[in-house]
Amino acid sequence: MFKRFASLQWKSFFRSANLGKSLAVKILMGFFAVYMLVVLAASGAGMYFLLRKAVPDQSPMWTLSQYLIYWVLIELFLRYFMQKLPVMDIKPFLTTPVKKSSIAHYILGRSAASIYNLLSLFFFIPFCIVLLFQGYSGINVLFWLVAIMAIVLSINYLNLLINKSDKALSVIGGIIVISYALDYFGVFSIKDVFGPIFHGLYAYPITVLVPLVLAVFIYYINYKFLHDKIYLDANLKPKKVQANTSDLAWTKRFGDLGTFLQLDLKMIWRNKRTKSQVWISLLFVFYGLIFYTQEIYANMMPMKAFLGVFMTGIFLSNFGQFIPAWDSSYYSMMMSQNIPLRKYLESKALLISVSVIFMFLLTIPYVYFGWEALAINFGCALYNLGVNIPVILYFGSFNKKRIELDQSPFGNMQGTSANQFLIMVPVLIVPILIFTLFYYLISLEVAVIVLCVLGLAGLALRNTLLDKVTDQYRKKKYGMIAGFKEKNG
Amino acid sequence: MITVQNLTKKYGTQTVLNLENLEIPTGQSFGLVGNNGAGKTTFFSLLLDLIQPSSGHIENNGVQVNTSEEWKPITSSFIDETFLIGYLTPEEYFYFIGDLRGQNKADVDALLAQFADFFHGEILGQKKYLRDLSKGNQKKAGIVASFIGNPQVVILDEPFANLDPTTQIRLKGIIKDLAAKDNVTVLVSSHDLIHVTEVCERIVVLNKGEVVKDIKTSTETLKELEAFFAG
Repeated sequence: MFKRFASLQWKSFFRSANLGKSLAVKILMGFFAVYMLVVLAASGAGMYFLLRKAVPDQSPMWTLSQYLIYWVLIELFLRYFMQKLPVMDIKPFLTTPVKKSSIAHYILGRSAASIYNLLSLFFFIPFCIVLLFQGYSGINVLFWLVAIMAIVLSINYLNLLINKSDKALSVIGGIIVISYALDYFGVFSIKDVFGPIFHGLYAYPITVLVPLVLAVFIYYINYKFLHDKIYLDANLKPKKVQANTSDLAWTKRFGDLGTFLQLDLKMIWRNKRTKSQVWISLLFVFYGLIFYTQEIYANMMPMKAFLGVFMTGIFLSNFGQFIPAWDSSYYSMMMSQNIPLRKYLESKALLISVSVIFMFLLTIPYVYFGWEALAINFGCALYNLGVNIPVILYFGSFNKKRIELDQSPFGNMQGTSANQFLIMVPVLIVPILIFTLFYYLISLEVAVIVLCVLGLAGLALRNTLLDKVTDQYRKKKYGMIAGFKEKNG
Repeated sequence: MITVQNLTKKYGTQTVLNLENLEIPTGQSFGLVGNNGAGKTTFFSLLLDLIQPSSGHIENNGVQVNTSEEWKPITSSFIDETFLIGYLTPEEYFYFIGDLRGQNKADVDALLAQFADFFHGEILGQKKYLRDLSKGNQKKAGIVASFIGNPQVVILDEPFANLDPTTQIRLKGIIKDLAAKDNVTVLVSSHDLIHVTEVCERIVVLNKGEVVKDIKTSTETLKELEAFFAG
């Protein structure tokens, strides 16, 4: 029975629409995947030396143990977004003579082999190999690795249990922030409490039983839970949210634009993928901290231009690159309706403009790192407003891949084609090149002013540019309609 | 008045639609029947300028549909559930369509009030998004949305499929009322011969993209159609 399930799984993977992507995207994605795995394995291998250098007076194993609690919490937090119990797949089996227990075991067993579990192995196995070379006791390391794998599985199954409630997410997020704050300000050391516990897993191989029993226990709870819930009406049905109607009356102030603005806002707010784009975009405000706090980048102005374009334009690129594919599921209706295409595009442009301004306001605190930061971000924001918005709308007319709005946003490549990579060139690289050129040839001030002027010119020509874009959308209409209809695009 | 001239649609070497000459006078209720792949949806898509003709053209009230968009304000349609916006509630969807067709909230509400029977209390005030409604209820919402804004041409593709018997009967009444108005042309396609003979004054049978029968509906029509499709 399990063999048959496994073969189904195999087919579902290899016949999935994702594999039918264009070759260029496939190669690029493959390249990224390999790159990620290599980086992960390399950081696993290098972790030992890194930890020894960072904290020379204690064993790297001890240092790592102190941070494992954060790894567990953060992994739980991230998995909440990425991993869902694939319950829908069992619907076809309900009427076949397959025991419910084997269906439940199959689903749970399958999630054990999920990519997220494998990712941790890519990190921990190289780390363990280095440990062995460094003369750590083989038995201890081996059992430690088993213990870690058991913890990974426990996280995996725990996530399946708590995934149903949003509250769990905020609780975990809260715990992470609070414990890190306690550690950081030296109020109470979480590290010192959990460090010895995790280190015990290495020091006393017999303790491997604890995580193993834990994993089996959580698996059993999951099994119980799932076994009782294999009915169409209970758990298998995706949750139906109660609609909250709002007429967003204030959008009426924008006249004709209001209709579309209202639709866009509802689209963003009521669909998983778009909603998380908003949250992700907001989080990227902190992206600059990674670079601004490091000395190496202090004088690397082009890097700051990159940050400026990227941070103020994150929503622009995340959301904008898929226009009009966001509306793909009802695009033929839009095209047969009495719709002024121009207004449709203007509404998108307005929405993105607001996001750019908002993101710029959020990045103002970077002035703490010097007035250049503020000036560069301002120039980049203006450039994004004036130039990048028409550019990204123009590139949108090449989008022909359908997007299902209500699917999970993470690792979701729907709607992605070579176009999405091409967009990066004009949107991100061109402004950085312009900035770099003027910065090295003349000065920082001039470079910022050039970006501002280009942005203002774009704003002044906004109407003409949008007219051109509208024409382009008209020309590409049939291709878009046909492309958006293909469900497996 | 809808005029079709030498219209063909080809995919590669395969001709899926070939209509030499077809005229649908204003105010007619026009039924399109045919087996799967006969070209019904292709014809409606061409009429709505969703696909490009390989040759020939369609004129809708004197406007050539693939060169001008002037036909859009007088034409409305419901082809399939891809015409619905899943993340809106039915009310929001109706108001959105109303906005596009120059109808304010009160106009839309007045129109919706006429369809209270048809909705059977399952559409309005449900606090559900369209994507969470059943297929039949989605269809009801889509069909009524196509009546918003006093269109002169209404195009409905397979409106009876997926509807429960009560709703089918009510829909027949609605289409008949609509067709009774002098200036409204109704185009309906269906697999259900009984329904289509009941609501349409004229029935055109498509087979492999060509018109094989063009009948003015009479008491004999149903028998004639059944004989044709049994053959």
